[in-house]
Amino acid sequence: MSGEGSALGARLRERDLAAAPAALNLLESVAPADREQAAALMRAVSPAELGGEAQGHIVGVTGPPGAGKSTLLSALIAAWRSRGATVALLAVDPSSRRSGGALLGDRARIELDPSDRGVLIRSTAAGERLGGIARPTRTAAEALAAAFDVVVIETVGVGQAETEIADLADTVAVVVQPGSGDVLQFLKSGIMEIPDVLVVTKADLGDLAIRTRRDLSAALRSLGSRATPVLAVSSIAPPSGIEELIGALAEHREGLQLGERRLRARRAGALAEFAAEQGERGLRALGGRPGAERLLAGQDPGLASPALLAALETAARDGAA
Amino acid sequence: MSAHEQPRLPEPDRPWMMRTYAGHSTAKASNELYRRNLQKGQTGLSIAFDLPTQTGYDPDDELARGEVGKVGVPISHRGDMATLMDGIPLEEMNTSMTINATAAWLLALYIATAEQHGVAQEQLQGTTQNDIIKEFLARGTYAFPPAASMRLIADMIAYTVEHVPKWNPINICSYHLQEAGATPEQEIAYAMSNAIAVLDAARERVPEERMGNVFGRISFFVNAGVRFIEEHAKLRAMSILWEELGRERYGVSDERHLRFRYGVQVNSLGLTEAQPENNVQRIVLEALAVTLGRDARARAIQLPAWNEALGLPRPWDQQWSLRIQQVLAYETDILEYPDIFEGSKVMEGLVSELLEKARAEMAVVAEHGGAVEAVPYMKAALVDSHRERIRRIESGELTVVGQNRFTETEDSPLTADAEGGILVVDPAIEAEQIEDVRRWRAERDQAAVDAALQELAATASAPAGSVNLMEPTIAAARAGATTGEWAATLREVFGSYRAPTGVGEAAAAAPDTELAELQAEVARLQEKLGRRPKILVGKPGLDGHSNGAEQIALRARDAGMDVVYEGIRLTPSQIAASALQEGVHVIGLSILSGSHRELIPAVIAALRDAGVQAPVVVGGIIPEQDVAPLREAGVAAVYTPKDFDITRIIRDILALIGEDGSRRASTTDGAQGTFVVVADAGA
Repeated sequence: MSGEGSALGARLRERDLAAAPAALNLLESVAPADREQAAALMRAVSPAELGGEAQGHIVGVTGPPGAGKSTLLSALIAAWRSRGATVALLAVDPSSRRSGGALLGDRARIELDPSDRGVLIRSTAAGERLGGIARPTRTAAEALAAAFDVVVIETVGVGQAETEIADLADTVAVVVQPGSGDVLQFLKSGIMEIPDVLVVTKADLGDLAIRTRRDLSAALRSLGSRATPVLAVSSIAPPSGIEELIGALAEHREGLQLGERRLRARRAGALAEFAAEQGERGLRALGGRPGAERLLAGQDPGLASPALLAALETAARDGAA
Repeated sequence: MSAHEQPRLPEPDRPWMMRTYAGHSTAKASNELYRRNLQKGQTGLSIAFDLPTQTGYDPDDELARGEVGKVGVPISHRGDMATLMDGIPLEEMNTSMTINATAAWLLALYIATAEQHGVAQEQLQGTTQNDIIKEFLARGTYAFPPAASMRLIADMIAYTVEHVPKWNPINICSYHLQEAGATPEQEIAYAMSNAIAVLDAARERVPEERMGNVFGRISFFVNAGVRFIEEHAKLRAMSILWEELGRERYGVSDERHLRFRYGVQVNSLGLTEAQPENNVQRIVLEALAVTLGRDARARAIQLPAWNEALGLPRPWDQQWSLRIQQVLAYETDILEYPDIFEGSKVMEGLVSELLEKARAEMAVVAEHGGAVEAVPYMKAALVDSHRERIRRIESGELTVVGQNRFTETEDSPLTADAEGGILVVDPAIEAEQIEDVRRWRAERDQAAVDAALQELAATASAPAGSVNLMEPTIAAARAGATTGEWAATLREVFGSYRAPTGVGEAAAAAPDTELAELQAEVARLQEKLGRRPKILVGKPGLDGHSNGAEQIALRARDAGMDVVYEGIRLTPSQIAASALQEGVHVIGLSILSGSHRELIPAVIAALRDAGVQAPVVVGGIIPEQDVAPLREAGVAAVYTPKDFDITRIIRDILALIGEDGSRRASTTDGAQGTFVVVADAGA
């Protein structure tokens, strides 16, 4: 069993997509032995090992239920594949509060060719965590970005979801359907952060879609954001706006200081993970969030997030001792 | 009514039309069966098509594998239709086709065949089922997205009302809703809402003054369960609502047009695999629900066979059911009286209670924007109702004789033969049909077919309502196009579609001790595996009966598992790809169409090729003699309709994951999987 994690990591580094399912099994596991292997896997795909940031584009796609995310993703995946880009989709589904179980129905709504080895869809349950990001999703995205050209994280919700996803993704697209007044209100009131790209689906609805797009653009302008493109797409035959959306996502990525954004993401991920596991008491041992952030800033920027988490844990233990 | 002084009718009523839902293997074998059935006193035909024909695939399509000739007859082109109707006088016959997504095409083949025999389309009598909304809700043989499907239906109505005036272009089906778990008020409400959607679509396509004819050509296809008093009340309630709808919403005033006309197939959901002879009593009682009261009597009846929960019925089994109808009609005095419930306070009370509940539910559907828009809502409501029904059977609240009560039994001589008392379709048929359709394609005038399909595509691309799709469809049938080509041409224009599964929206189960035990077991396994136990529930093949799979998925979720459920119509390679990518611990497959002998081994092979070692369980209508071969193929457990206790099935599956996890821990950790079979009964 020893070396399994680093072997899987090495295969991902070599862009061996067939290693992805087993890598995800490992990253999702909470068994202590698996956690060690997972850390080894992450080390193998860390910037230090890769000699830079993983080249895959991590795209967050979020929005309220029924906004048409899955249909949109079907069209997006097909368009990326037709360009030869490989795609991993991490779909995060809400879990039942009562039983903890989850119906992961999302892949049913995405059409793809089962013989196509260039696409991977993995559904995970959000678990107990609010805000929409399942625990292993951060490390999964980090690892898969070493092997796939595009890694999409899909979450459900408006308000908190895109805040968390913004910590993790290179580019965040918020998807709304025509007539979504709540999104407009969330944006204006600052409950929702300004996304990198706003997508209005169901453009076939005509006037309503045009009006929604106009209202969102106006709201963004009044908030002083002129950079966020607002795109109207239709996923039903004949699809429209998909090429423009792919262009907008790529353009955002090109304008990024990738190293900076990813480093911030890894630090935020380690901190979120630490806070979730050790709570406020753990944070106090590090001198609160500012103390933890200082500690993280002092770490080697080439480390993967599990190594950063380990640094926090060690410091908390030593500090408490 | 003046019947008060005179207890008898001056003349007994004529019997209803008697049919048997039949068809299997090939057009030739089915034709022979039809002719024999007609000699036995059957008075109409009811054609069962196989799943590839129902969903628009030719026998040589990958998705048709294992399904050709299984649950009905394969009809790929007008040559097949001519063989099927050979020697049967089309100008006299009343033919019912259980066909929906491809109804326009099968009617076109029927018209083209009639033409060849010199019978004009004006003379043709019968009906095409053509109710697509219930396919999205309950039966699964849809092919195109909702809007395009509704357009096809409206085109057929507009065409037949002008050119095939004796044809009923659509049967609004409440039958399948009951099979999917609908309560009587849901059955009424969803069927009526569905009829409204169809009539509203038709109203845009026909002149105002023809609406009466259109309304009068809409018939229903209903179900009747064993609670036959309430079921009879349901039919009386439907007839009241229908007349009201005609007068108020569509301005129909002609009494003949306002009459509620329905055919019926009685309940299959309640038929049991355990002590299957008891199903005969159930069928007789259910037949009473639709014959006893003259004011709501069926126009046409087909009865299921006693052994439907075991497998496909044989001609002898179907004969038995025909004889039930004949005894009722010709031996009893049922047809000699006016309506025997007239003036019954109990019946009136039941009817008004059902009317009230059904109207409330219709209002909910209307709030969702009508039946098409409300498909996800109705689907989730049906899944909930079905779950409640299963809960009541599991708890013993609802008695099912021979299944959850009075289970002691002698061995049945009825199932003692080598094949277990069912029809087994020769697996060689599929290869024959593949060869046949390829020969047909090679021998026809290809240029004529290409031109006809091009015309069809052009018509489909034009805005709905501007041109009628029936004309190019009939032209393509004449030219010799195949079922798969017709459907592929339209899929190309309309896109394909996956219906909602209904399970995502279903409410969480109320907590109970059994569920709490399962949840504790899941937590224990999660500790052991490091991950929450994850199951893939899949339906390979074309079978759309997803009730059983949905109930397994729900219970697994309520037990705390992560459940990947992708709905119906999956190929073995799709299932294997999902199992691999999702990293599931176990795989549950459900098949009710009899294609398990081909499809289950194909799925296992695909899984192992993909490197998935997880155990597999299978559920469905699996005859006893097929269990051993499936286990040899690598299936860990097989469940059939007699395994009604879903909690027990989930417990088994968890145990299987536990064993598999232990075995794997001693080797290496790879992708895992197991096969489970998920069962439900249904026609």
